[in-house]
Amino acid sequence: MIYWQIFLAFFIPGIVGYGGGPASIPLVEKEVVDRYGWMNTQEFSEVLALGNSLPGPIATKMAGYVGYAEGGVLGAAVGLFGAVAPSLILMIALMAILFKYKDSREVKNISKVVKPVIAVLIGVMTLDFILTSEASLGGIQTAILMVASYLMLEKWKLHPALVIGLALLYGAVTGIFIA
Amino acid sequence: MVKEQGVKSIDLTMAFFRAGMLGFGGGPAVIPIMQRDVVERYSWMTDEEYGDTIALSNTMPGPIATKLAGYIGYRVAGLRGCLIALAASIIPTVVLMILLLGILQNYKDVPWVANMSNAVVPVVAVMLGVLTWNFIQQSEKALGWSKAILLLVVSVILLEVLGIHPAFLIAALILLVLVPFIKRTVRRT
Repeated sequence: MIYWQIFLAFFIPGIVGYGGGPASIPLVEKEVVDRYGWMNTQEFSEVLALGNSLPGPIATKMAGYVGYAEGGVLGAAVGLFGAVAPSLILMIALMAILFKYKDSREVKNISKVVKPVIAVLIGVMTLDFILTSEASLGGIQTAILMVASYLMLEKWKLHPALVIGLALLYGAVTGIFIA
Repeated sequence: MVKEQGVKSIDLTMAFFRAGMLGFGGGPAVIPIMQRDVVERYSWMTDEEYGDTIALSNTMPGPIATKLAGYIGYRVAGLRGCLIALAASIIPTVVLMILLLGILQNYKDVPWVANMSNAVVPVVAVMLGVLTWNFIQQSEKALGWSKAILLLVVSVILLEVLGIHPAFLIAALILLVLVPFIKRTVRRT
């Protein structure tokens, strides 16, 4: 039963997540946090933070980790299979047909109409994360950390792993200070 | 379709291991790294074939990096190539992820460790906010402002107000695009 749930939790985002791995993040959150309750928003954000600090595709890092946490090594394998296999099999099977119509407007349009939906899903998730942070750190600290990390990531173009590292360090230092 | 080129397993492993380990920032970052190995170093594909593969993989759902790895592996060495390419690009970072999060979980009850994970949430929120804006810009580029905003508003209503599962909305939109195309193609043949 748990393996079937793990499969579904990653199969659905894999099969409707147009726009690559990042597009599937909110879809995975929907299954993992909202539907199955395997994690809360805070825990999911830890997985995402670490996932963004490590190299490699984000979707498989989430599938492998969540699968492992819920069902051990077999769970990880099932999660990865769910995330990767359906779209890959589809691609291998349809490549010949797709290739024939690769210049067709409609084929090019498939992934375009989905972009606004993904934008809304990620936007809502962003709000969720801000509210979670506000509940644990308070509004002022949340705002300071958001502005600082925005400047580091977007203005000074620091590596995401470095910014996450600095946030962890900040958390550790302020945590010791409070204690 | 499958051309067995006598591609060595070790070459496949190294090419996709590199792609997995050097691609920071998720799947799309992997595209240029893979190109260096697949096209330039090992000549498994021409530049044009590689470009077509990326364009077509974008019309399919799911993570880009694994679609590319699996498909290219399959093209050059059949099922063996597909499995090797997938394993080499996925497994190393998944193992790292499990190890590191495992360590973090173990010290969760230590207050300052718990505070570390609190401090990370706003940073992730910023990353997601930037990603949201990216997708809004991509929507505008693909559809123009008026259609993009219309779809954004409709999505908010359907997903957040009415609580429809996003999978249904996405499937419906894809059908809307594809049905006229399929009808036309069937009529022609």
